[in-house]
Order: sequence, then structure tokens, then C-alpha cells
Amino acid sequence: MELVTPSIGLVFWTVIAFLFLLLLLKKFAWSPILNLIHDRERSIESALTAAENAKDELKRLTNENEQLLKEARAERDLILKEARELKEQIVNDAKKTAQVEGAKMIAKAKQEINSQKAAALDEVKNQVSHLSLAIAERVLRKEFSDKAKQEELVSDLIKEVKLN
Amino acid sequence: MYFNCIFNFKKISLSAVFALFFAFFTLQAQAQDSIDSASSVEKMVVKEDHPEHHEEKFDPTVTILEHISDTHDWHLWGHTSIHLPVILYTPAGLEFFSSGNFLNEHHESVDYTGKYNTYRNEEEHIRVIGADGKVDEQASAKVIDFSITKNVAALFIAVFIILVMFIGVAKTYKKRVGKAPKGFQSVVEPFIVFVRDDIARPNIGYKYERFMPLLLTIFFFIWINNLLGLIPIFPGGANVTGNIAVTFVLSAMVLIVVNVKGNKYYWSHIFKPDVPFWLLPIMWVVEIIGIISKPFALMIRLFANITAGHIIVLSLISLIFIFKTLAIAPVSIAFVLFMDVLELLVAFLQAFIFTMLTALFIGSAVEEHH
Repeated sequence: MELVTPSIGLVFWTVIAFLFLLLLLKKFAWSPILNLIHDRERSIESALTAAENAKDELKRLTNENEQLLKEARAERDLILKEARELKEQIVNDAKKTAQVEGAKMIAKAKQEINSQKAAALDEVKNQVSHLSLAIAERVLRKEFSDKAKQEELVSDLIKEVKLN
Repeated sequence: MYFNCIFNFKKISLSAVFALFFAFFTLQAQAQDSIDSASSVEKMVVKEDHPEHHEEKFDPTVTILEHISDTHDWHLWGHTSIHLPVILYTPAGLEFFSSGNFLNEHHESVDYTGKYNTYRNEEEHIRVIGADGKVDEQASAKVIDFSITKNVAALFIAVFIILVMFIGVAKTYKKRVGKAPKGFQSVVEPFIVFVRDDIARPNIGYKYERFMPLLLTIFFFIWINNLLGLIPIFPGGANVTGNIAVTFVLSAMVLIVVNVKGNKYYWSHIFKPDVPFWLLPIMWVVEIIGIISKPFALMIRLFANITAGHIIVLSLISLIFIFKTLAIAPVSIAFVLFMDVLELLVAFLQAFIFTMLTALFIGSAVEEHH
């Protein structure tokens, strides 16, 4: 019974000691400690959130960069392709033009040659006719010195002429 | 090093408190009688009133009860003890004297005549002695003992240790705002966070913050007192949390806090429970018993657990003196070691359970209607 009977003195001192401890600790220990732990936890939490956000942002930026790079690459390819096509076209055009031009020149040359040929032939014809006239003149002069022969010729010519 | 200032501060204040202690209380360190008190068996005997050389019968019950109950002087070793002050409230006025006055130079119990009465220390109860040399029961009943007993002194030491510990930790917190805990701070922080996240928050809910100082104080007060009780030498060894008066005060605090902070739902649950009206009077009785019995269980649980632990350890040690042989000592020591380790767990566990149930009761008192 002795053991389970609280003694008034100890009760009194325990009340005093405990309340003293409670008040002092509340003021000088628990409030600052709990507040600072709370603050630290909040700052850690916000830091983690910020890190998460930064990671997302970085991911987004990386994606964007990649997208940009991809687009740039595609554009480059396109430009190269176009350039190649253009080159081909230009070469082709040049070839075609050259061909046409060549053909034209050839045609012109042919024409020239033909006309030159014709002119030369005319010249030759003229020369031949002049020559033949000169020959004929000389032959005629020589021939027409003989009267008998003139008559014979005339008669031959008359014979040749047919009255139809 | 970084901690030097804190460490020095603690050392200085610790030595200060001990100096204060020794100045305040009279330490009667007398030369030990080297003749026949050398055998430890005799040191453990119940009364050393007779210096004659004969072995007294060893009564473990008396020894153990003496060790777990409160005393007016703090036994250190042999005949050396700290004589704590006796403070008596008598109808005539306050009496203030050292408990060393109850012993003469031969360590025999004697009566002491104070300002108003003559007193006798009768098994740690201060009684008034009448003119005829016998205990005056009527006058003794009027005297209230407010002495700084062993438990009160141990309580003060524990309060001091807790204050130094946590105010020091709070300083470290203020110095290292936003940084990771370091040193002793990182030892304490898990327990503070444990009380907050595993005891207060789940049981009380979002209003937990108002009750944190009370819960933390109860938790560390009980835990540190439990641990100090496990230390067999000064300044530990007192059975503070195993004393019904201390647990009574703690549970009375819980009772007051729960009922003062109880909201209208708590009270309507007690006075207007959802039962047929003719059952109400019975329910009132039941509920009021419930209000009392919850803290009562807290009081008994802590008291019984800690006292039981002390009794077991002391019983195991007593085995050596019961069998009067050293051969049993290794067995005793092994069991005591085991029990002490178990008691370390119990020390924490009881602090946790007390705080947990306090939080639970507060939680049920402040919870909103569901």
C-alpha cells in the first residue's frame, strides 16, 4: 500500500518541476526547434519541387532543341535537294540549249553551204556559158567563112525545127 | 572544433549544478569503519544499527522496497550519503533542516528537535514525537512533508539535464538555419520528428501543433527519467517514473488538458450519447468513469512497468546475497545485463506509449463531429 500511495511532497515538487520544464522548453526549445524543422522541411520541399520543375524545363528545352535540330536538318536536306535539282535542271537546260543552238548553227551552215554552192554553181554556169559563147563565137567565125557550110547548117537547123 | 563551445557550456553548467548541490546539501562523508563492514553482504543488510560483528538475516523484500521507494537521503556508498534537506509544513510554520540530523556519528537513527517539534524518521516518514517520547499521531497527521527527497532531487537533476540538452539543441538549430542537422542535434531530431509525425499528427489531426510542446515534454521527461533510473549510481538510480506520485502528476496533467481542451462534440458525446433517454443516467456514470479511468490507466501502466523492472533487477542482484555465494554472481550479472537491455527498450516504449495515449485522448477530445 505504501508503494501505491502518492506522497503529497513529491506530487507538489513534480507539479512544479514538470510545469517549469514544460514552460521553459516550450519557450526556449520546442517552439524554435519545431519552427526551424518545419521551415527546413518546407524549403527542402520547395527545393525539390523547383528541381523537378527545372528538370521538366530542361526536358522541354532539350525536346525543343531536338525538334529544332530535326527541322533544321530537314530544311538543309530540302535545300540540298532543291539545289541538286536546280543544278540538274540548269545542266539539262544548258545541254538542250546547246543542242538547239548547235542544230541551228548546223542548219545555218548547211544553208550557207548550199547557198554558196548555188552561187558557185551559178558562177560556174556563167563562166561555162561565157566560155561556150566565146567558143561558139570563135567556132562560128571560123565556120561562117565558108558559105557552103553556112547553108548546110541552116538547112540542118530548119530540119530540126518541126512545125507542130 | 565546432562543438567545443556547447560541450564546454554543458560541462561548466553541469559542474555548476553539482557544486550547487554539494553546497546546498550537507555531504557527510565519514571514514568508513574498516573493521567489519568490509563484506558487501553486510552493506546490503537492512539496518546497520548494530555495529557488532554478526550477520543479520538478509530480507530481499525489505531491501528491494527500500531501493524503489523514496528516501530522505541519497545513499552513495558505504556510510556515505547525500543528506537532502527536509522541509516540513507544520501548523506552527515551516521547518527546514538537513536529513543528516536523523543520524548520529555512529549512523544510528536519532530524533531531531526542530524549531517547533521533535521529529523522528520512521521508515522515511517524518513523525512528530510527543513529550512522552512516543509518536504523536495527531500532530504527525498535521505535518506535511515537502522534503527534497531522493526522487525530488533526481527529478530536478533530470529537469536540468533535459533543459541543457534541448536548449542547447535549440541553439544549434538557430545557428544552422536551413542546414542539415549535425552532432547531437541529429540524434534528437529523429525523436522530435517521430513524436510529431507518428504520435501527434495521426492521433490528433491537423490541430496537433498546439499540443506538440506538451507531448514532447512528456515524452522526453518520461524517457530521460526512465533512463536515469536505470543508472545504478548517482545521479541516477532513483525510481522517479516508477513512483506513483510522479505518474499521478503526469496523468493528472493529461486529464486536465484533455478535459479543458475537449470541444462540444466531446462533451455532447459524454452527456448526450445516442441512447434511449432512460439509459442516460447510467451512461453519465459510465462516461465519467471513462474520463477518470483513461489517465488512471496511464498512471498505473508507467508506474507498474518501471517499478517492475527495478524489482526484477534488484531481485536478481539479491540472489547473490540470498545464496551467500559469489558463484551465483555471474548468473545474476548475466540476467541483470539482459534485464537492463530489456529495460532500455521498456524505457523508450513506456515513454512512447504514454505520449501516444495522451495524443489519442487529446485527439478524441478535439476531433470534429464525424
